[in-house]
Amino acid sequence: MMTNIFALPGWGRSNPLAETERLRRELDRLAGGLFRRVAQAGIFPAVNLTEDRDNYYIRAELPGLDAADLDIQAAGNTLSLSGERKISAEENVKYHRREREAGRFSRIIHLPGAADTEKIEASLVNGILSISIPKSEAAKPRQIRVN
Amino acid sequence: MSEQKELQVREKQEVASPAEQIRSGPVFTPAVDIFENEKEIVLLADIPGVKAEDVNIDLRENILTVTGDIAPFEGAGEQDLLTEYEVGKYYRQFTLSEVIDQSKIEAKSEKGVLRLTLPKAEKALPRRITVKSN
Repeated sequence: MMTNIFALPGWGRSNPLAETERLRRELDRLAGGLFRRVAQAGIFPAVNLTEDRDNYYIRAELPGLDAADLDIQAAGNTLSLSGERKISAEENVKYHRREREAGRFSRIIHLPGAADTEKIEASLVNGILSISIPKSEAAKPRQIRVN
Repeated sequence: MSEQKELQVREKQEVASPAEQIRSGPVFTPAVDIFENEKEIVLLADIPGVKAEDVNIDLRENILTVTGDIAPFEGAGEQDLLTEYEVGKYYRQFTLSEVIDQSKIEAKSEKGVLRLTLPKAEKALPRRITVKSN
């Protein structure tokens, strides 16, 4: 009987797209500043999502917001972020430029893995919202010792 | 009312040809509000991520230059999963048509918003001239 050697377990990654993604990242890294990759979801606020061994990090630029203007809720591996940016109106002035915008926003962010929602921490410093989300034990990489 | 408006994402505007760059990295044009009343010109600029001490304001002749340097805040071991915006310095230049009292310029940076108050110089203030009648 013929065994299909390509079907051996352990040859493929768990996610078939992961390898493509890794390659793409690597190419981007090599390309350096030539192409910068910004994938816009088109929903305010734009967020950056990163991870390290233990946490996911979400960052968003929200200048002028107070912590009280924000509502962050986490359930499972989704995080909802909503709030309102207020800009107080100035009286008896003549405007030359008015580019800063006020308004409401609401967005849902899906995390790529399971998170420990109990220990999420968020901070708003100099107009940057940073949320750190601890990965659940299952989502963390585990080192396997070889005996 | 504007309060009820849904905010839309606006892509950060990269500076087309900034003054000669010493350090590399993207440079963005901050969104600003500029308004004036009789006494002063006020400039509000969105510069998220810039610490108060990293804001640089320069007024020479009548050219006002605002720059904001940014320190990377990602941890060393972090890998990008999704990048929707880029982080970089801010740079913008304005030409002022009014004469500004340089000694009284005030700058305050809070919550990622710079507020710059430029008081008009005395001679630029409108003055009422009373006509005396005999």
